[in-house]
Amino acid sequence: MTRLRDVSRNVRSKNAGPFWVTVDIFFKSPEDFERYGSSAALGSEVFAAALGIDAALVKRFRVPDLNVLKVSYPRETAQGGVEERDMHQGQQYVRLLDIELDQHT
Amino acid sequence: MAAPLIDGDTVNVLVPVGSLGVGVRPAEVRYGIEHGAHAIASDAGSTDSGAAYLARGVSKNTREAVKADLTVLMAAQANAGIPLLVGSCGQAGGDAGVMWTRDIAVEVAAELGLRPRIALLFSEQDKAVLKRKNAAAKIRPLAPAGPITDQLIDSCDHIVAAMGPEPYVAALQAGADIILGGRTTDTAVLAAVPLMRGAAPGPAWHAAKIGECGAQCTTNNSGAAGVLLRIDGASFDVEPLARDNRCTPYSVSAHMLYENSDPYLLTEPGGVLNVEGARYSQVDERTVRVTGSAWQPRPYTMKLEGAAAGPYQTIMLIGIQDPHVLANLDVFHDRLLAALYARARRTISDADFRISLRIYGWNALTGQPVPAGTPPPREVGILFVATAATQSLATQVARACNPYFFHFPLDRGVELPSYGFPFSPAEIERGRVYEFRLNHVVEVDDPLELVRTEWVDQRA
Repeated sequence: MTRLRDVSRNVRSKNAGPFWVTVDIFFKSPEDFERYGSSAALGSEVFAAALGIDAALVKRFRVPDLNVLKVSYPRETAQGGVEERDMHQGQQYVRLLDIELDQHT
Repeated sequence: MAAPLIDGDTVNVLVPVGSLGVGVRPAEVRYGIEHGAHAIASDAGSTDSGAAYLARGVSKNTREAVKADLTVLMAAQANAGIPLLVGSCGQAGGDAGVMWTRDIAVEVAAELGLRPRIALLFSEQDKAVLKRKNAAAKIRPLAPAGPITDQLIDSCDHIVAAMGPEPYVAALQAGADIILGGRTTDTAVLAAVPLMRGAAPGPAWHAAKIGECGAQCTTNNSGAAGVLLRIDGASFDVEPLARDNRCTPYSVSAHMLYENSDPYLLTEPGGVLNVEGARYSQVDERTVRVTGSAWQPRPYTMKLEGAAAGPYQTIMLIGIQDPHVLANLDVFHDRLLAALYARARRTISDADFRISLRIYGWNALTGQPVPAGTPPPREVGILFVATAATQSLATQVARACNPYFFHFPLDRGVELPSYGFPFSPAEIERGRVYEFRLNHVVEVDDPLELVRTEWVDQRA
């Protein structure tokens, strides 16, 4: 079974202003990027399910020169609110590492 | 703006550090000056660290750190006779941050025996002006925000509008040696001098975006601070200020991803930078050249940032190693939270409070269920957070909950356990929650319409 952690050399998450989060998935190779960068296994619904957000608000960008898939989504509440748990959202990527890729390809 | 550059000419911007106060390196600044810098430019903050800095008008960096950096940069400015531009002074760029930075700069000037002409650019906004703009349908929300209302404007403690390069250009043309700006887009501070001197806008804005975090776009982004940007009519070069540091096409192009929700488009006050067609190539061992950056003019808008102090919080922390609790953490969380709410509601008549438990070592950073089959941890810390309209009420909630938080058993009918408090008294008054409340842009007829310029002229 192939998971996101197996085909990426780095995955990171970060706030992009107080209202958005952005995730950068750096694939290990152009082949991995080609195979998974556009696949339904990494579609908006998959991220929405993993992160507990609305799929309609998920934006995906392919950056072929860097073998990167970029995924951005609005935060449920603005940075620093009453229920803040991760001010800079830098740990949110960890939930994505176990996304299973083969079932969709 | 100025005429196009003559072939072969470049405008060179020394970016000493990603943010004033983080630590400029004198040797790097010397390198940039020796290699033809026409200006020194840096921002001094952003929204990144949260709303507290805008709401309270306090800098994240210490006065000493900002003074140390200003001392190096103001000496370099005077010696080289080139302007020094600083944007988003005092972290959030409110009026208080500009004045705080002004006072430090005046002190440094006196200590160094300098007499600079300092322009102060203020972009904190009057609420009445914004309400008029809103009534004229000149303010619109950015996703995911809703429309702005007078009530929302009134709820903010401070509101700033992010400036473009034009107020900096105007101050330079009026003879400024040093410009200390309020909230400005990170890129505008760096793009101002290139645009004024006739560099092409696509490369000027793209260079500014690449350089805005200093050495973040290099291969050694922890052991070095700054970069030198050289912009001409069709391209730009970026080179680290440290001789042993390098830029590569990868390190430079990857910076477009960082903290940007869109890797190709960057909206600025008077247009959009589009780097879909950008090409990155290695010019020499340390330098990268970028071509194909495009600037698409748009109606002029300024982004509004508004922050306010919200409710108060009082917190407590316990540590738990009890294996039975650790083997049933989700059940424990739900039972404990219910018991704390019941206890607090029995003892406090004002029911308007909120209790949150975050289990560090388990799922504190998401609050989401952990995957099935996750083995129990060896220890967890549970953070108790009471939120209420006053500090006193939040603390009452914490005190009411204290014995339950300390002794709550997983199952009834057993001897009461005692978990590990690290402090006495157990509760800590944390202060207020600070919130960003605006995510909107305002249309202006003139880039200086919402900006005030003041001068500290030490030449006079």
